[in-house]
Amino acid sequence: MQDEPTPEELTRGVADFLRNDIAPLISGHNAFKLRVAINALDLVTRQLRFEEGSDAAEAARLSQLLGQQGSLGELNRALADRIAKGEVDLRTPGLAEHLWQTTMDKLAVDQPNYGSYKRELGAK
Amino acid sequence: MQEALGRCVASWCPGATGVTNAARLSGGASQETWSFDIVHPDGVIGAILRRAPPGYGAAPSRAAGLDAEAILMQRAFDAGVPSPRVLHVLQPQDELGTGFVMARVEGETIARKILRDAGFAEARPILAHQLGQVAAGIHGLALAQLPKLRHMTAAREIGELERDYRSLSWPRPVFELALRWLRDHDPGPSSEVTLVHGDFRHGNFIIGPDGVRAVLDWELAHIGDPMEDLGWICVNSWRYGEIDKPVGGLGTREELFAGYQGAGRQADPARVKFWEVMGTLRWGVMCCGMMQRFRIGPERSIERAMIGRRSSETEIDLLRLLAPR
Repeated sequence: MQDEPTPEELTRGVADFLRNDIAPLISGHNAFKLRVAINALDLVTRQLRFEEGSDAAEAARLSQLLGQQGSLGELNRALADRIAKGEVDLRTPGLAEHLWQTTMDKLAVDQPNYGSYKRELGAK
Repeated sequence: MQEALGRCVASWCPGATGVTNAARLSGGASQETWSFDIVHPDGVIGAILRRAPPGYGAAPSRAAGLDAEAILMQRAFDAGVPSPRVLHVLQPQDELGTGFVMARVEGETIARKILRDAGFAEARPILAHQLGQVAAGIHGLALAQLPKLRHMTAAREIGELERDYRSLSWPRPVFELALRWLRDHDPGPSSEVTLVHGDFRHGNFIIGPDGVRAVLDWELAHIGDPMEDLGWICVNSWRYGEIDKPVGGLGTREELFAGYQGAGRQADPARVKFWEVMGTLRWGVMCCGMMQRFRIGPERSIERAMIGRRSSETEIDLLRLLAPR
């Protein structure tokens, strides 16, 4: 078992340091690049917090949908394959709900400020 | 660079006494944009150089090529489409590579500023309509006068998108669903085949307080279904948060179509929707491509890496289009 602080605490700490102490000192194109870098650290922090739970739920939904077991990568490949072959489509019970939930979980990590995501979150 | 530009300008701009303020604006290694001023007794002429430096001649396969871009821009200008005037096409003796010099058009290209800054408050309500007019102008250019361009159909575009997506070898069930939808809803060959700008969206429009001043970047121009341009500008990624205003966050499809029809052309809303789905998927695949370029290097740009993480934005937009809740 690795010791504390956790990766999430570390990435959050570094991002806060860059945001609060370094960003005010930087200008021009480097300021833009620094903002992008801080955004990347914030994304990693969100992924560290949410990934375990959303991956487990996604794998459970996929196993149910496909009637098979496997790693998350294998299950996603199997689903992609079945959609490509037309064996599964939006009329298949559970598919739309699964894709929506999976996509919402991705946006919660990738871009929680994206307009469409905020709209769908509010509509739930 | 300034000296080379000075020599080049002297060869085609009578009376010019030199070049000042040469500054690189943007672009990667293979494609550069420079801004500079031509000093002339009648007054300073603002100019832009778009070029591939010597040794970077070959354009990527989708690209029209800089020579073709120069012709398209000039044809558009001649036809009254808002466009910078082409001043000079680079010649071997210029020793500047391939490309062209155009008049600099003052204005804004950054979407967030156009959508939020007070200076554009009066332009915003008219822009969706204007962009319809501009698209109609582009689609009305006489095919016989155009350079050699790729001919594209919906089926061919779907094929290229699928190939690009499969080359990533990363399973994306939402993209698969979109590919199936596109195949099932392919409207077939367009009855009208015209010049298509190919990248008709924010970033490629110079906007002033008075409206559209120029359309830039003909790199992806091709011959095909004109509705492709109207669909591409409706892709949610170009709305910058103004998600209820489909036309670049500026206005409604009806306004866009009205401007298009007012300029004598007919919009086909069903085809436009098809191309909006295609465009959303294409931007998603392009985001994944950015991630690949970050991973492969040599420029390990965090910006590109983060654009890779925007592909999920197109997945939610595809679901909103194809499986609304």
